[in-house]
Amino acid sequence: MSFMAVYLFYLYMIHTLFPENVRQPTELGADVMIIGTGIIIVSVLTRYKKWRWLWSEWLTTVDHKKIGVLYLISALAMLFRGGVDALMLRTNLALPNIQPIGANEYNEVFTTHGTIMIFFMAMPFIFALFNAVVPLMIGARDVAFPRLNAISYWLFAFGALLLNISFVLGGSPNAGWTAYAPFTERAFTPGVGENYYFMSLLIAGIGTTMTGINFLVTIIRMRAPGMTFMRMPLFVWTTLTTSALIIFAFPPLTVALALTLIDRLFQASFFTLGHGGMPMMYVNLFWLFGHPEVYIVVMPAFGIFSEVVATFSGKQLFGYTAMVLSVVAIMLFAYGTWVHHFFTMGAGPSVNVFFGLSTMLIAIPTGVKIFNWIFTMWGGRIRMTVAMLYQIAFIPTFAIGGATGVMFAVVPADYQLHNGYFLIAHFHNVLIGGTLFGLLSGMHYWWPKMFGFSLNERLGKLAFWLFFIGFWITFTPQYMLGFEGMTRRLYTYPLGYGWHMLNVISTLGAFTMGAGFVVLVYDIVWSLFKMPRDATGDPWNGRTLEWALPSPVPEYNFARIPVVTSRDMFWWMKRHHATIADQLKPNDIRELDLPKNSPVPFILGLGFFIFGFGMVFEWWLLAFLGLAIIIGSLIYTGFDYDEHKQVSADEILHIEQSLGRLQG
Amino acid sequence: MSLPVDPKVIPKPPVPLEFSVKAESIKITGFWMFLVSDMLIFASLFSVFAVFRSRIMAGPTPNQIFHYGSTLLETLLLLTSSFTVGMAIFAMRKSHAQAMMTWLVVTLVLGAGFVATEIHEFITDVQHGITWHVSGFLSGFFVLVGTHGAHVSFGIAWAVTLLFQLSRRGLTPVTTRKLYTFSLYWHFLDIVWVFIFTFVYLFGKIT
Repeated sequence: MSFMAVYLFYLYMIHTLFPENVRQPTELGADVMIIGTGIIIVSVLTRYKKWRWLWSEWLTTVDHKKIGVLYLISALAMLFRGGVDALMLRTNLALPNIQPIGANEYNEVFTTHGTIMIFFMAMPFIFALFNAVVPLMIGARDVAFPRLNAISYWLFAFGALLLNISFVLGGSPNAGWTAYAPFTERAFTPGVGENYYFMSLLIAGIGTTMTGINFLVTIIRMRAPGMTFMRMPLFVWTTLTTSALIIFAFPPLTVALALTLIDRLFQASFFTLGHGGMPMMYVNLFWLFGHPEVYIVVMPAFGIFSEVVATFSGKQLFGYTAMVLSVVAIMLFAYGTWVHHFFTMGAGPSVNVFFGLSTMLIAIPTGVKIFNWIFTMWGGRIRMTVAMLYQIAFIPTFAIGGATGVMFAVVPADYQLHNGYFLIAHFHNVLIGGTLFGLLSGMHYWWPKMFGFSLNERLGKLAFWLFFIGFWITFTPQYMLGFEGMTRRLYTYPLGYGWHMLNVISTLGAFTMGAGFVVLVYDIVWSLFKMPRDATGDPWNGRTLEWALPSPVPEYNFARIPVVTSRDMFWWMKRHHATIADQLKPNDIRELDLPKNSPVPFILGLGFFIFGFGMVFEWWLLAFLGLAIIIGSLIYTGFDYDEHKQVSADEILHIEQSLGRLQG
Repeated sequence: MSLPVDPKVIPKPPVPLEFSVKAESIKITGFWMFLVSDMLIFASLFSVFAVFRSRIMAGPTPNQIFHYGSTLLETLLLLTSSFTVGMAIFAMRKSHAQAMMTWLVVTLVLGAGFVATEIHEFITDVQHGITWHVSGFLSGFFVLVGTHGAHVSFGIAWAVTLLFQLSRRGLTPVTTRKLYTFSLYWHFLDIVWVFIFTFVYLFGKIT
């Protein structure tokens, strides 16, 4: 009897975890790769006895600089996964009527490509840079809520893990990154794939909302004396506006996801076709989040470019006040344009015209920024570093992407272009040309600050050219394909439509970009072993406060919080021979309270992961176990009053002395 | 240039205890930001309800399922509890720890009464076959009101842990900050209820 029960349980598990759609050669390959990588990681950690180090230095850390490193590693891993997805899609479309991957798998791959690139690549990449430099730029010891910051990271990481295991356990989501109802309702998309999508985004979304709160409060309350709002570096300004956008944009997404999940798991009637459901409400809620999200991912890039262009032109940023006003204007306008994502839904001419005009309006502050970057370079001594190359490539690329976006704002034109390849080309043009170029520029710019050595410029330039040329080879044909009538989410196409040649070229471009990524990874590994360590802390002749510190920055950031008297404070300090290193005296140094490492964030994230996994498969006992872990760790952290550790003045004195930063 | 190196303590004497340490005061700012995001959750749910309230289909109308009695009772319980949590903060500011604890317990009892009434209402509905599966209106209703009820329940559990912390540690900047943020949360739920009472129950009764 018991043997029978075990056998039935075994059959049930196989049937649920490995249904037919995941028993495919590619997914078995992925299985082997995941298990192989896992074994390698575990054995390396065991061989070199690094488990304790991993736990105490990384998994329990609450230091914003280390969390930034964790975010960066995760983002690059996700860039790899999303990039492989993209290459699979382009391979499938390379020639007419070839299908290396079938229709269903194609659906899964474009869904995870979009979801991963937006939520699990762009967002953590942005947070990596926020964490790495924002507290340093405003002269703070840490973010406002260090433990919450770690919780945000682990919620993101376990959310990403949940989405990524869907490929091999139970099946990936396959309804596109927007997951429009009613298609995502159970009646049309049974199986666990969409549950994975909703659950993982809910978990990561909670983390993101908390990151928004954290950085908003950090910037409002933790600035150094004298760091007034109009003296803040522009990256801090865009962090502020991005955080405000996150706080206002993620709640509607949370509601949209939760309601669909309630429909799927508990048979409510929100977005169903029967019982008075209203699928259009999902679309509204999704884009009420989705449009601000576009600015959430692009505004930090604007901030990065404003820092990079000033540093490498050797000039103060042109039109600082106009730049600040334009980011604030973009933040406000971002809420007034969401309907332009579904003009074809039929809201009526007056509504469509309103949102068409508001969309065109948003091009004005963006144009102001483009001109200010150009005027900053005008008459400057431009140094062609990798970070600056991305900046210079960004300006024309983003201008063209923005201009095609304004074409969509013309409502009748949108009816023609909607859901075609012209759209695909447009949003990749702004997301790659704006966000990704910005993030890569920021990564090269702040890499020495995060790790204490620069990346190799020659390899970086090679990766840049492969990315930049590959980008245009990929997406120029896609604009043309849009005019030729090719629609998005096609998994194959017949010969004789005239799409053949353009698709071949586009696929070649995609592989060029893939080569760029390989060079970038080689660059990172090469530099890790071969590049000289940076002893100055200021390899670029920087202008803002983060360059006043040694690299990598000590745990307490500033031994003595600086008093800010001007914009581009570090530039001013260097001109007046008054850098922090010039001025620090032993008796300036006091004992400090620093946040103490905590296992709670990791365990809380694990609880959410178990809860999410239980919900996905409707294994309620597992979900309750996860919930119990979540509640338990919340109660534990509520009763834990031992949040700080003290670092003695002697210890800080010793560190500063060894860095050669102490006078007298 | 005479600013203190690390200004931990805000140098104005007559600030309440929970604002007296900069780190705790920053946490209160953070909690306000959390309330903003939570308010937007409710705003989204209200907009969902506004769209769905006329989508009754074969199900019951609002007029048929709402009752003046239970709604009035819930409103009285929650509004009174908002007053009593205010009294708890008043006692906290005067350093009357015992009075503070008493008012907090009264608040929790009233909150539990609210949750019990709401659960009773929901169970009665479900026993009559009125579930969120039946219509878009009922989906919107149960999720909006249920989210509020879940918030109140979470608040009760939170405050119970606070009672233990307050009795063990007395009034410190940390414990008073925790109670203060709890009171903000509780008042916030009260305000949300005023809107639910008006836009869900009263409007449902008159149309």
